[in-house]
Amino acid sequence: MGSRSRSAASHSSVAPLRRRASSLLLRGLAYAGAAVTVLTLGSLVVFVLVNGVPHLTPSLFSGEYTAQNVSLVPALAGSLLMAGAALLLAVPVGVGAAVYLVEYARRGSRFVAFVRVTAETLQGIPSIIYGLFGMLLFVSALGWGLSLASGACTLALMVLPVIMRTAEEALLAVPDAYRQGGFGLGAGRLRTVARCVLPSAAPGILAGVVLALGRCLGEVAALLFTAGTVAQIPDFGGSGALGLLDSCRTLAVHLYVLVGEGLHLDEAYATAVVLLALVAGLNALASAAAKKMRKGSAL
Amino acid sequence: MMTLLRERVACSLAERLDQAPHPVARSADAGCPGSRGAARAKMAVDGLDLWYGDYHALRDVSLEFPEHQVTALIGPSGCGKSTLLKSLNRMNDLVEGCRLEGTVSLDGHDAYRSVSVADLRRRVGMVFQQPNPFPMSIYDNVAFGPRTHGVRRRDELDEVVERSLRAAAIWDELKDRLKKNALGLSGGQQQRLCIARALAVRPEVLLMDESTSALDPLSTAKIEELVGELRRDYTVIMVTHNMLQALRVSDRTAFFLGGEVVEAGPTDGLFTSPVDPRTADYVAGRFG
Repeated sequence: MGSRSRSAASHSSVAPLRRRASSLLLRGLAYAGAAVTVLTLGSLVVFVLVNGVPHLTPSLFSGEYTAQNVSLVPALAGSLLMAGAALLLAVPVGVGAAVYLVEYARRGSRFVAFVRVTAETLQGIPSIIYGLFGMLLFVSALGWGLSLASGACTLALMVLPVIMRTAEEALLAVPDAYRQGGFGLGAGRLRTVARCVLPSAAPGILAGVVLALGRCLGEVAALLFTAGTVAQIPDFGGSGALGLLDSCRTLAVHLYVLVGEGLHLDEAYATAVVLLALVAGLNALASAAAKKMRKGSAL
Repeated sequence: MMTLLRERVACSLAERLDQAPHPVARSADAGCPGSRGAARAKMAVDGLDLWYGDYHALRDVSLEFPEHQVTALIGPSGCGKSTLLKSLNRMNDLVEGCRLEGTVSLDGHDAYRSVSVADLRRRVGMVFQQPNPFPMSIYDNVAFGPRTHGVRRRDELDEVVERSLRAAAIWDELKDRLKKNALGLSGGQQQRLCIARALAVRPEVLLMDESTSALDPLSTAKIEELVGELRRDYTVIMVTHNMLQALRVSDRTAFFLGGEVVEAGPTDGLFTSPVDPRTADYVAGRFG
């Protein structure tokens, strides 16, 4: 140590050279890391597009699923219904829980720490465990069978911790000055949270919702046990709300089944293209919304 | 620093030649009438003790804040002056483990027992150290308070917004961009907007917690001038680190040290002929 610092002092030209070399190395590693990331994603997307786009035939969107024509329309509808229903359940509960933890609970209370650890643990549990739990609770115990309702509730449980934790972080990032300003004008906690705190946390909360949406659209394991694989649009027209108890498959499940059967690999690639487009489209929509919100709140 | 201060004291005194030198009040009789004749006390604290957990932040503080006067609270960091300010409109309620004994009164009524928190905070407005406009339009910022307290009619809100912005001397700068987001304003404009926002609920007392410490000298001068005008309609209580500011703006000053009021009285008296040696040392810039 002593000798090194002496050499650095006496041979002042050596140290910068060494520093430059190590800085070059680090920069190289950073570029390499970025390149690997981009190339992986890029080649994946290109692979799917090359194999899938030629098979995006009109018959794939024909509405009726048959053994000969594996239409993806029921699965597309299933994805939207499943993800929509899951978020409808999970977002209010997750954001509500986050609001409670940040705004109402005593700061630094044991209960808050406990809930936080629980949520983090839940985030790390493999989705198939959620599937198993959903099967035992919703499918069997509650008697909902393999259905949209069972699947959506299972997904909701799965993404609840994601939504809650991101919403909590977003609320914690809101400066206390907004709260003080609200309280200082005689506003109650509800009004202060609703009008001063939540609007500035909204973009962060939305980011968590997008993350959750992605997990809903990509989930297979948990749904195989809870929603089944019937390729039909739940029959809300004929049986009203009872359509919730119809089994349905999402695009991801559809893809899994097609590949598993091995008879329609081309259509499986085409399905992957649609799933990719759906996720990309919804993400773009969400980030546009977040941008609009930020503009409203920061410019 | 010291000579500058002396000069300022001399100037300040020359401007107020009509006033006889005041006997300096000690904390025990801090409630004696201020330099502007026998103004009645708008707010008062009596025998106030305050703890944050185990930390004894205020010790037996008794002070009166005369109506239509500016009272400055000075003292080194951590001396309890901001704590006292926050207990006047119960902002300390938000602090975990905060406990207080003694009384705070507004117009002779107990501020903690006979007034609701919402009502107390409406009547005793607050401007913070950092400008904290909400992330919404200038108009909505000013209208936030009135809306909170039930004003819904558009014409009524328009009137309140204009009146408040005029009172905060910022109407001319902002009248053409009321719909713009308040976060786009400069720091000094933001702080005057926050003053307007506080005035919009027609408070009787305005608390200012080092409200110029985050601002540049020009913005500070504007706000000091504004405070001088506000005293006509409001009772102002300000915490400041800047002794010259206390001297320029305030009618009365209370000097805090270690959670106690060392000395309180008319500003000129406290600065020119302090009774307590610790006050003398502080105002002469020997510590703090």
